[in-house]
Amino acid sequence: MKRTGVFICHCGINIAGTVDVKKVAKELAKHPGVTHAEDYVYMCSDPGQNLIIDAIKEKKLDKVVVACCSPTLHESTFRNTSKSGGLNEFQCEIANIREQCSWVHKDMTKATEKAIKITKSAVERVQKNESLEPITVPVTKRALVIGGGIAGIQSALDLANSGFEVVLVEKNPSVGGHMIQLSETFPTLDCSQCILTPKMVEVSKHPKIRLLTYSEVQEVSGYVGNFKVKILKKPTYVDPDKCTLCDECTKVCPVVVPDEFDLGLTGRRAIYIPFPQAIPATYTLDIKNCPGLLPIACGKCADVCEPEAIDYDMKPEIIEEEVGAIIVATGYDLYDKEKMAEYGYGKYANVLDGLQFERLLSASGPTLGKILRPSDHKEPKEVVFIQCAGSRDPEMHCPYCSKICCMYTAKHAMLYKHHVHDGQAYVFYIDIRSGGKDYEEFVQRAVEEDGVVYLRGKVSKIFEEKGKIKVWGVDTLIGKDIEIDADMVVLAMAMRPSQGAKELSKKLKIAIDKDGFLSEAHPKLRPVESVSSGFFLAGAAQAPKDIPEAVAQASGAAAKAITILSQERLHHAPTVAKVKPNLCTGCGMCVLVCPYEALSLKNGKVEVNEVLCEGCGTCSATCLRAAIEVRNFTPLQIHEMIRSSLGG
Amino acid sequence: MMAEEFEPKIVAFLCKWCSSAGSDLAGVSRMQYPANVLPITVMCSGSVSPLYILSAFNKGADGVLVSGCHPGDCHYIKGNYYARRRIALVKKLLEFFGLEPQRFQMSWVSAAEGTKYREIIKDFVQEIKPLGPQTKLRRNV
Repeated sequence: MKRTGVFICHCGINIAGTVDVKKVAKELAKHPGVTHAEDYVYMCSDPGQNLIIDAIKEKKLDKVVVACCSPTLHESTFRNTSKSGGLNEFQCEIANIREQCSWVHKDMTKATEKAIKITKSAVERVQKNESLEPITVPVTKRALVIGGGIAGIQSALDLANSGFEVVLVEKNPSVGGHMIQLSETFPTLDCSQCILTPKMVEVSKHPKIRLLTYSEVQEVSGYVGNFKVKILKKPTYVDPDKCTLCDECTKVCPVVVPDEFDLGLTGRRAIYIPFPQAIPATYTLDIKNCPGLLPIACGKCADVCEPEAIDYDMKPEIIEEEVGAIIVATGYDLYDKEKMAEYGYGKYANVLDGLQFERLLSASGPTLGKILRPSDHKEPKEVVFIQCAGSRDPEMHCPYCSKICCMYTAKHAMLYKHHVHDGQAYVFYIDIRSGGKDYEEFVQRAVEEDGVVYLRGKVSKIFEEKGKIKVWGVDTLIGKDIEIDADMVVLAMAMRPSQGAKELSKKLKIAIDKDGFLSEAHPKLRPVESVSSGFFLAGAAQAPKDIPEAVAQASGAAAKAITILSQERLHHAPTVAKVKPNLCTGCGMCVLVCPYEALSLKNGKVEVNEVLCEGCGTCSATCLRAAIEVRNFTPLQIHEMIRSSLGG
Repeated sequence: MMAEEFEPKIVAFLCKWCSSAGSDLAGVSRMQYPANVLPITVMCSGSVSPLYILSAFNKGADGVLVSGCHPGDCHYIKGNYYARRRIALVKKLLEFFGLEPQRFQMSWVSAAEGTKYREIIKDFVQEIKPLGPQTKLRRNV
């Protein structure tokens, strides 16, 4: 007979408020195989865990069920507790009576009845659990960082400086991300390029970092500690080693397209360098816009290239890398402009988004740091800044707060005043959120020293009239309609996950939230890890955040990755498939459905590669003869769980 | 009178990564739903054998729900596609037996869809209540 101990947690009143924990203990004590049942106010606390350890020893328990919160929170806690009591960790199971019971019901009788059934079901399962030892696998001591913005750069440098090799993949021709487009950064107003370019140079020169720009991750297979990655390196058609940056090619290129780096405020050629400080410092031939790679079609750039750096025969390259951990730092893009038609964005030349305004402010921007209207290159004397353009609008746009806009709008208004002393800046806002070191003082400075007029309210309509942009809004604090004849309007557009992040998350098999940002494993306690082990998150790919936060998270992600890379061997869950050779007929149906290629046929029977198996159980549901099952999730266990769930 | 007081017993097979996490989120958000559903967390909806479904009806379930990650989002790459095909066959089989089709459902609930989980449970209980107890496949005891 089994000697099972059942421990019911009150979780303060979180469980005990709705579930009669004493009754659960009393009912479970009567259940076959249960020799001990007790309740305690906080089972996860030190005294609570000691109570379990003592009971295991005193009552000679061989199985433990803890009825408490979701196993995602404390399964590992209580398995370690059971281990401290001398049991194999797989002799402990969790009955989730909080998230799936006490928190979702109010009727105490019904909730108690359900909690009893859930707990009994866990007892039935644990009684048939095998003792298992973790499977260990070696670790590839290298990391992949996806995204070469400030977050990816920081993670890569931290890893490399800790002695680990890093592969840094960036989809654009240069690293730098959005930060390199910025003019000055709040709240200190230091120049974005000045603080970022040294780091960009460092990643490109670091002996431990392999920088792959103009490249995209195509495929990831394997598991934590041992990933195999296929990276597509797109051809730039320019040999960076030969290119001398003489710029002769752009002078002859006949094609002009909008410049991505300046967000369409200027044009670039089909052969181009994104910006003068680009890393790697070389040109890229944009094949989508090039008239043709055949010299007969154009070939002007190759004709003038003295060092013969242009190679029309360059081919896409698939690079295979093996890494132990992956940091995803894919950043953000601004909300789609087509979706903000109400503010005339994309319709009127003088309605800009925040990043475009950054380019106007930038000393290296299209206007060399002069604030000029795109339509007529005149200095705007009245500028309206609109916050929450697309943010905090669950009905029409994004429900979330994009977090950085309050601060950068204050910065924009302030810098505008520094450039145009006789100009006037207006800011429409819903709330000012300036939490952060020296942030509130910064906003106050914009108001007090630079005379920025803050208007609390939303803008209802924007339209052009007589060369001005009419802005109709309301100031809800004085309850009056506001009408401003502006020369320029700047929209603090919502941040959204970068283009392609969703497809990438599918390739990596990592979770994203309802807004498309990467999901962290726990919102408070595991903020830089993905639920899928071996994947870490950094920067705005996880949620809107400013530069200091992105850098902090990037360093955190690097440190977390090192907890894997610094180990010699990693543990792999031993709850993997097991074959019953006497029942297996070698039909091979399970081999076909296995997503991990963990099954193979040997001498007419199926064999499991336990390192590759993730324990999903698809094989078990497919087998017609019940010849394959997942350890500790066997059909017999499930049938018993069904029986006790139904009160049988 | 029977129809009013009848409280159906429903077994829900929830995949660990999406639907069980979604039901956890419903809990964390303190969303209220009927207590008729007994959750059994499995690794993947693809691991739910037709036998589990029949076993649940056999042991007295009035309804069975299988819930997995959205198609394309399976933690195990493609387990839920297998589940979808398999469940479609089981549904036909159960209808062939003469079981009311409302008693067996499949849903896709992601880890972020606490609200959807609550709605599914509420609707499921509402749909089954008028049908009364399931006797077609219940083992006579």
